[in-house]
Formats: sequence, C-alpha cells, structure tokens
Amino acid sequence: MMAEQAARATGTPVLEMRNISKSFGTIRALSNVSLTVRTGEVHALMGENGAGKSTLMKVLSGAYTADPGGEVLIDGKSVVTGDPIKAKANGIAVIYQELSLAPNLTVGQNMFLGNEPSRFGVLDRSATRKQAEPILKRLGLNFDADQMVSNLSLGERQMVEIARALTTKARIIVMDEPTTSLTTRETDRLFEVIASLKGQGIAIIYISHRMEEVYQLADRVSVLRDSGYVGTLERSEVSAPKLVSMMVGRDLSSFYKKEHHAPAGAQRTVLSVRGIGDGQRVHDCSFDVHAGEVLGIAGLVGSGRTELARLIFGADAKTTGSVVLDGRELSITSPRQAMDAGIVYLTEDRKALGLFLDMSISENINVAVIGSDARSGGILDFGKARRRADKAVLDLSIRTRSTGINVGALSGGNQQKALIARLLETRPRVIILDEPTRGVDVGAKSEIYRIIDELAREGIAIIVISSDLPEIIGIADRALVMREGRIAGEVKAAPGTPIAQEAIMTLSTGAVGCSAQEA
Amino acid sequence: MTAIQTENKAMDKVKLRSTLTALGMLPVLVILALGFHFLSGRFLSVNNLSIVMQQASINTVLAAGMTFVILTGGIDLSVGSILAASAMVGVIVSLYPEIGMLGVPAAIGVGLLCGMANGVIIAYLKLPPFIVTLGSLTAIRGIARLLGGDTTVFNPDLPFDFIGNGTLFGIPWLAIIALVTILVSWFILKRTVLGTWIYAVGGNLEAARLTGIKVPLVLLFVYAMSGLLSGLGGAMSAARLYAANGLQLGQAYELDAIAAVILGGTSFVGGVGSIWGTLIGALIIAVLSNGLILVGVSDIWQYIIKGLVIIVAVGLDRYRLKGLSRT
Repeated sequence: MMAEQAARATGTPVLEMRNISKSFGTIRALSNVSLTVRTGEVHALMGENGAGKSTLMKVLSGAYTADPGGEVLIDGKSVVTGDPIKAKANGIAVIYQELSLAPNLTVGQNMFLGNEPSRFGVLDRSATRKQAEPILKRLGLNFDADQMVSNLSLGERQMVEIARALTTKARIIVMDEPTTSLTTRETDRLFEVIASLKGQGIAIIYISHRMEEVYQLADRVSVLRDSGYVGTLERSEVSAPKLVSMMVGRDLSSFYKKEHHAPAGAQRTVLSVRGIGDGQRVHDCSFDVHAGEVLGIAGLVGSGRTELARLIFGADAKTTGSVVLDGRELSITSPRQAMDAGIVYLTEDRKALGLFLDMSISENINVAVIGSDARSGGILDFGKARRRADKAVLDLSIRTRSTGINVGALSGGNQQKALIARLLETRPRVIILDEPTRGVDVGAKSEIYRIIDELAREGIAIIVISSDLPEIIGIADRALVMREGRIAGEVKAAPGTPIAQEAIMTLSTGAVGCSAQEA
Repeated sequence: MTAIQTENKAMDKVKLRSTLTALGMLPVLVILALGFHFLSGRFLSVNNLSIVMQQASINTVLAAGMTFVILTGGIDLSVGSILAASAMVGVIVSLYPEIGMLGVPAAIGVGLLCGMANGVIIAYLKLPPFIVTLGSLTAIRGIARLLGGDTTVFNPDLPFDFIGNGTLFGIPWLAIIALVTILVSWFILKRTVLGTWIYAVGGNLEAARLTGIKVPLVLLFVYAMSGLLSGLGGAMSAARLYAANGLQLGQAYELDAIAAVILGGTSFVGGVGSIWGTLIGALIIAVLSNGLILVGVSDIWQYIIKGLVIIVAVGLDRYRLKGLSRT
C-alpha cells in the first residue's frame, strides 16, 4: 500500500478547495479562498494573525461547514464539509498547535484513541502494539507503543500526533505551527519526518510564521490576507520581501485617531523596564515609555507580549530585571501593588480574565475602587459608585440604558469600554492595553482609538499590545517588535511617515537582512 | 436599530432571570407548607410553626456561613465537627459558675479559630477546599471527642439556656438568632466592599486577582465566617440540649447546610446566589422534616423523600432557568 502511494505520480492535485467562504454572523472570516495541494508536496500557508489560515484549515478538517458556493474536492471528487468524521475518512489529519494527547495513556493508546483495536469490547493490547510499532518504526522513533505519553518531550509528543495521523491512513496532513514549542534538534527531527512523509506521497499543509522554515521545507507557498487569498508562489519564486509584501500589502483604514503628539526631544520617561524576564517565555526585555506617548508592542502570537505585560503588572513573578516608575524602582509582586503604584493592565481575554459577567456594569466599573471609596467599616457608598459609573458611561460612550444591568448583556465593544473604565477609575500613570480591540466591532474600535488618543493627550503613558499591524501603525508613536520572548527591534514613526509595516513584519518573522533596505 | 432591539431583549431576559432567581424556591416552600397542612390539618398552627422555626434555626446559621464559602466557589465540610467541638467547649466553660456565661463567646471563639485554620490553609497554602475541610471534618471531630474525654458533658443549670428554650415576645430565641445571622450576612454580602469581593472572587477568580482584589484575604474571611457561625451553632445546640457530646453532635450537619444553600439557588461554582435563598432552602428542609413526621411517615421514608425533593427541586429550578441563561 505504501508502494502504491509512492508510485502515485507526485504533482497531481490531491486536494482542491474552491471559492471557500465562511461567515460568522456579519463577520466574514474567509472569502473566496481557493487552494490546490498536490500529492507529495509541502505546501506552506502564510499570513498575519487572523488572516484566515486557521479558519480555512477548520473547513478542511470538518470543524466548520463552508458557506454555500464553496467546494472541497479530494482526488477530483467533491466532498461534504462540516463533518470531521468524513474528513478523517477522506484522509485528512490535522495536528493542532495545542497538542491533543492524553498524557496519562500510552503512545499506542493515544494513537488509536477512539478507534481502539478490541475484541468484544475488550481492549486488544497486543493488536494495539502490533499495529502501532510499524508506524513508529516508519517514523524512525526510538520509543515504543507502551511508553507513557507523560514521559515524552514535547517534540516526541508531536511525533505521536503524526503517528496517530498515519493510523487513519492520512494523505493530507495539516501542521499548524508545529515548531513553536520544539527545540532545534526536535525541529530537525520533525523536518526529517516531513521529508520522509513527502517521499511516501503524503501532502503536507504547513502553517508557519517562520521564514527560514518555509525556505527550507516548502515546495510552494500560499498567502492569505484579510480573510482572502493573495497568491501562491513556486519554490523558485519565494523571497522574503515578496512574501512580506504579500502578507501586509493593504490600505490603511482611515479611522485611526492620532492627534496627540509624543513630545520629541525632551521626553519625560514615566516607565522604564530593565532586563525583565521570567526565565521561560520572556528574556531580558528593556524599554522606556514616555509621558503622553503610545508605545505599540507588535509580534506574532506566542512571541511573549502578553507574558511581558503580566510581568510588569505583577500578575506573574519575574525572575530577572526591574521596573522603574518616575525614577523610583518598584518592587511589584502582585497586581494590587502595581495598581497602587499607578500601572494598570487590560487583559486580552476580557471574558475569562477581566469581566465579572454575573455582576452589573456599575459593579464592574467600580470594583477596583470600591475599597478606597467605601465609608468607614468597609460599607459601600452606592451614591459614589453610581456617579462614577454614570460618568464613565458618558465619557467612554458605553451604550446601555442603565448601569444596573449585567455586564454580560452588553456587546463586546461596550464590555471592553466598561473594562477600560474600570482601569481609568484608578487614575493610572501607565496603561497597558493588551489587544484592546479584539472581538470589537468597527464603531467601538474607532471609539477605543479616540479614548487612547485622549489619554495620551492627558500625559498618560500608554502601551498597546496588538496583533493588528494597521492598528499599531495607526495609533502608536513607536513600536517594539517581540520575537521568541525578546525585543527583536524598535520601529519609529518619523514626522510625516508612519511606522513601516514591512519593518515590523520583517522583525517579527525573523526575515532580517532580506528586506532591511526597504524598512 | 436591531442592535438596540437585541440589547433590550437581552435586558428583559436578564430582568426576568433575576426576578426568577430572587423568587427561587419560595413557591416550593409555600406548596410544601400548604400540602402538609392539608394532609395533617395542623401544620400551619402557631405552635407548630414555632417548632419548625426552632428546628430550622441551627441549620440556617450553618447554611449562612456555607453561603459565604460556596459563593467563592469553595465548600466547608467541617461545619458539623466544628459545631460539636464548640458545643463541648461551651458546656465545659459553663460548668465554672462564676464565668458560666462566657460559654457562649468561648464556643464562638473556638469556631472562629477552627474556621481560620481552614482559611489559612486554603488561602495561603492554596490547597483545595474540599480536601482541607474533609481533613478538618475528621480531625476536629476527634478534638471534640477528646475535649470531654469521649463522654457527654451535662450542665442542667446552663446559664445561657434561654437561648435554646426561651422566647422573646413569643418568638424563640433560636429563631431570632438565625434571623439576625441572615440579616448580618445580607448586609455583609450586599452592602460592604468585602461582600462585593466575595461575589467577584467566586465569579472570576483570576479577574479578581488582576483587579487588585486581595483574594487570599477574601478566602480567609469566608472560612473564618463559616467557622464562627458553626461556633454560634454549637452554642445554640448546647443551649437547647443542656449538654454536648463530641461523637454524636452535629453529625452530617454539613450535608443539610449544603442542601439548604443549593436549594436556595446559590451556584455551586460560585459568584451567584443570595442569602435569602439560603433561608428559604433551610426552611424547606425543616418543613419537610416536620411535615413528614406530622403526616406520620416513617423515619426511613423521611430520608428517601427528603433526598428526592432536594434533587427534584433543584432540577426543576435549573430547568426553569435554563431557557433564560446567558449564552
């Protein structure tokens, strides 16, 4: 059977996705994307965060149903979308970023999870072993089927995922940023395995942000941008500048608000971060933020931006470095201390880490200051709370009939504004906003930009973490780019010229040198 | 236009939900009371209602403490044992004639200490509440037996016996204490900063930490409060019986307290619930016990019926609220 597969001429299309669109309510996550993948090729899929790569792969794996009009063909035959079991039967396997193995079971059990070899409902252990071993051998792995997954390294676990894909006779394997948590040696091992899979006629769709990997592996590269298809390059045509411009080339929307002027020259430094790190995901980060400045922090998802913010805010413990506010070194070990010092942080995940969904809008806005507002004995001052909430609703134009209703009843944008209001009530000196416009509609977005601009004009130092490059360019005076837990570089807006998008993309993907002259 | 309409709809839904939550199990309580009256013909007499209130009182006090704990998403399994240890100390202290009245504060103090021990371990050593209080359930039960040399201690001249058997304007002191406990709890939960923090910690612990709420302090408080109220329950129990027994007193009281809180509509994962619901829950349990005896149901069947009523009542409640819950 293996011979058959190898014998099948490489280069014939095994998968064709035609005009695939996917909408969630009014949001178009994919529009008219087409993709052709040939047998025995490694097809890289690139694009910014949120460009639609994951959505496209979810349509392929059956997690989502494509909107009418789109078609998925395997071996030239049209197949149904939206059915994970059928997709699996058609030979499609997806290896997700967050590994989906059960660590308390053996390698063999994981490989056949949901499809266990059994006799009359009793597990057939020897059959499991017998079927698993050849696959492990084929991948050249040096552990056996009885090994507990919990004893394996992350790289080895990834190999188990691939082995699992092979048990279902997968012919198209999707790998979603497989190397993010691997060591260099494990990455090399993975690439060897990919090469051998390729030799066996299996098509691999490889999603990655890392230029060097794409150079090394890909036969072809397709680029998505803004939920749409941009183009496909053959191996011989691939170059970093070309890919970067394909990934970013778009008009800047005009709705960014930037009227504040970061004072050039004699800038007053408010916050200095020196050599901060946690020994794991953030290493030796240093930077300054000035009064009245909006500092953007760009970088790919997983580059350590949120982790850096949490270290500054005291939400996680730092192992190295210091935080200096107005020339005084702070010893912050908890968010409470950071807030008392004047540093606040808006979480990127407002539902899980920010809002109290069962509480009212007023309570959510006031929760950080009810302690200092309270009458003696810790008795709540409802009048003060109502005045604060009413004023915040007016100032930030939070759209609601009353501040007494549950915050869960608000739209995403208004929830976000309520959270920002909570932070502002503490009268901060430094505001760290982590993805402030994620999951927020366009109208609320421009209002949030207006709020940021106003705060900067009041002289507050603002840090905006964002995966949305136009957003960083639209509102920030200066941007740091993070890559693999470090600050990879800084990009400044010169008078008259905005921050160069290409420069950020180059720094964050590590394609340094190739397009430095353009930036 | 449509956005406003959906928001209005959402608001109506929220309103309806909160009204229903507030009403909670009150209809069940009323139906049970009427049902038992109809069956026995004497349930709704002044005399019997006074007995029901007395029977409900100790569980109400324990359940009030349990409400604090469960609102933070925790659990306190040790309340029955703490009650026993506190009652022992209360009776033993009352045996010294010159300081006899100090039995009450002594019992409450012992409860507070036990609760604080739970709280420190849970809040600062970050061990799971279920396991910590399961351990103290056993350990404190042992201490309670140790206190009296594993015998029953009596004090026929208990100086604070009016608590257990006296009345004020015809209302049993036990019931008055229970009601005051509920009022104080309501005030703390709804009118103080601490109360808001308790709801916040139970609603979203990580968000509470990131908002600068001192989460360990809140956790310490709720377990200390639960312990203190268990101590109060111990004093009430001793006052009623003129005696305390380290082995038997308070056995399985934690289960009735938890049942009352859950019947009262407080969410087991924390963040949602009210002290009035707990009061109604405790009354339902007392009404069931009393009513089933009046109707002449055997002891064994009382257990079975009580258990089923709890499951069915909570099941109905969830079912009723399901259609209204937020997505």
